[in-house]
Amino acid sequence: MNTEIAGVIFMYLAMVGLAIPLGKYIARVFNGEKTWLDFMAPLERLIFKLSGIDTKKEMNWKQHLKALLTINCLWLFYAFFCLLAQGHLPLNPDKNPGQTPDLAFNTALSFVTNTNLQNYSGESGATYYTQLFVLMFLQFVSAATGIAAMMIVFKAMKDKVTDKLGNFWDFFLKTITRLLLPLSIVVAIILAFNGTPTSYKGKDTVIGLQGDTVHVSRGPAAALIAIKQLGTNGGGYFGVNSAHPLENPNYLTNMVENISIILIPIALVFALGYYLNKKKLAWVIFGVMTVGFLMIVIPSIRAEVNGNPALAHLGISQPTGSMEGKEVRFGPAASAYWGICTTVTSNGSVNSMHDSMMPISGLGQIFDMMINSFYGGVGVGYLNFYIFIIIAVFISGLMVGRTPEFMGRKIEAREMKIASLIALLHPFIILVSTSIAAYVLVHFPNANWVVKPSAWLNNPGYHGFSEMLYQYASAAANNGSGYAGLTSNDIFWNVSSGLVIFVGRFLPIIGPVAIAGLLANKKFIPESAGTLKTDTGTFGLMIFAVIIIIAALAFFPALTLGPIAEHFSIK
Amino acid sequence: MKTYLLPSIKITVVLLVLLSGLYPLVIAGIGKFTPGQGDGVTVTYKGRVVGYANVGQKFTKDQYFYSRPSAANFQADASAGSNKGPANADYLKDVEKRIDTFMVHNPTVKRGDIPAELVTSSGSGLDPNLSPAGAEVQVARIAKVRNIPAAQVEKIIANNTEGPVLGLFGPSKVNVLKMNVALDELTLK
Repeated sequence: MNTEIAGVIFMYLAMVGLAIPLGKYIARVFNGEKTWLDFMAPLERLIFKLSGIDTKKEMNWKQHLKALLTINCLWLFYAFFCLLAQGHLPLNPDKNPGQTPDLAFNTALSFVTNTNLQNYSGESGATYYTQLFVLMFLQFVSAATGIAAMMIVFKAMKDKVTDKLGNFWDFFLKTITRLLLPLSIVVAIILAFNGTPTSYKGKDTVIGLQGDTVHVSRGPAAALIAIKQLGTNGGGYFGVNSAHPLENPNYLTNMVENISIILIPIALVFALGYYLNKKKLAWVIFGVMTVGFLMIVIPSIRAEVNGNPALAHLGISQPTGSMEGKEVRFGPAASAYWGICTTVTSNGSVNSMHDSMMPISGLGQIFDMMINSFYGGVGVGYLNFYIFIIIAVFISGLMVGRTPEFMGRKIEAREMKIASLIALLHPFIILVSTSIAAYVLVHFPNANWVVKPSAWLNNPGYHGFSEMLYQYASAAANNGSGYAGLTSNDIFWNVSSGLVIFVGRFLPIIGPVAIAGLLANKKFIPESAGTLKTDTGTFGLMIFAVIIIIAALAFFPALTLGPIAEHFSIK
Repeated sequence: MKTYLLPSIKITVVLLVLLSGLYPLVIAGIGKFTPGQGDGVTVTYKGRVVGYANVGQKFTKDQYFYSRPSAANFQADASAGSNKGPANADYLKDVEKRIDTFMVHNPTVKRGDIPAELVTSSGSGLDPNLSPAGAEVQVARIAKVRNIPAAQVEKIIANNTEGPVLGLFGPSKVNVLKMNVALDELTLK
């Protein structure tokens, strides 16, 4: 078999193989059972003591959300002001300037929300201080916020009739000390030994073999890259992210980084099964997610390996497939695979330029972000999926004439209203903002901004439309990858995508936590012959149908104008 | 508000010390024991550092293996891809131009033998590699310009070919800078 395809298959098997034991471990951590990282406990106690936090005080869902939103607001202000002032802060060997207010607004929101859309380039738009003390810091804590929110929902499903749902700070800190930090150390060490820089030295100037002078950006990259992948953040150290040869030096690091992208999202699905002791439900959810994932990843790999038909017409050969925007050391199969992994989870790091990929790959990537829960981001992917489960339970309840129940609680009008609003919010913000952008582009092409709308797009026609659609899908899904041809560092894009990011992050956290909190307060109805079984293949099919129907009806017209039209017009 | 704001501030400060202060310092400490000591792995020629092994550089002279086209013009402090869509008409014209240029410099190579990587720009603009096929098509030109037997150039490619990981996973590749250093070392002898 072809070694590139073998590499992809190995990566997938390794992901699942590692995710199952990791899921079991995560469940043990949050159940308070013994694990081999218990030596962290004194450190955790010290941190709580220094912070004046008593983790024995359990919170109800509203208190959880207050804690979550308060600390997120704090980070937002901290990040915004640091990014503005970075030129005057320490650890700036390359003498990079501060960000403009609109860019700092976008970057701060983007990193607080685990999105990591980057309208700047790491080499020139950030300093070592902001890379480490703002961006990397937020990569840890935003991922921990997502997982803590998910834990609230898990806890609400586990306990019978209660409004005590554990302690937010406890969930939050344990996610960092027991999961994110230990795994990041392992990944960062692997990267360091493969040539990713770790030191704090600034740019180096070298005269090359042919006599050209080159400035090589460096810095403490390995530490950041590890958590960027594991926390489904995706914000790279260097401008071109993991396509950069120092950020992702060879195929081995590519495998490690790619596995890191999707490891925790899959592990959390299994963690649910172990935590609630509903392993079958976990497998049903995993099955639905995997079918969705494979349906998108296989056509994408095929398209990239087969190459660009437009280049074939120029008479050259494409033995390694479509190579525009790709790196030789990864090849087309691993690039396409990464492209889908990074968009099904809300990671958003890239190892090739998505803007130059085949329309079928672009279609898959945009569609992934529209669904946003085939694995999904750490914690929040599961929260999105939870909304689809609630809707599926309700619809199937109506279809068979049974009271809709999930985990022994009746789903009623209030929960359904929240679930429907959250499910509709995602298409609403993507489609409305894309149409506003398209309107501005057509009617005000010469508006007097830093970048005139007529200069926004890097490609004409259908592909240009896809660039705008991709940007908002990525912002709303808190993904953070981009069709990088779009010139997005101007006030229109910084502000509009910043707002989309904000709405796309916090409402989908508040909604599911509220539903779970409300359900946990209801009377527990033990399972009987009349209960609709949610851990069966039939129900899995039902969830899948709900996802596809909601997404297809909402997004198909927009996708037709972009990647689908491009696919049929490419010659 | 105060119930949540004070602990938020305190835990943020503590975590900044742990995650942003200590963690990267520990990694930098471990990095001292890696090839390149965490500063990046360099390549030397005649005792002088001529580049970073992993960072591609510009090679346009005919006596060297060419690197892949770069949208960033090989500026290693401003990495970038072209971000051209696959059906973009201007982009296809650029590729056509690159094919023509390549054929002028490599008259013995048939159009159908030019691998796409040599006429398409890389993702980072700093791709340090070529596939072995991308190096092979340049052998005749290099041998002629340097006036050395083709077998010697072939040997350099063979010596610098890195196979798949464990022989199983991923593509084969060659490092352009290392091959070009090897070419220059030939004339030293």
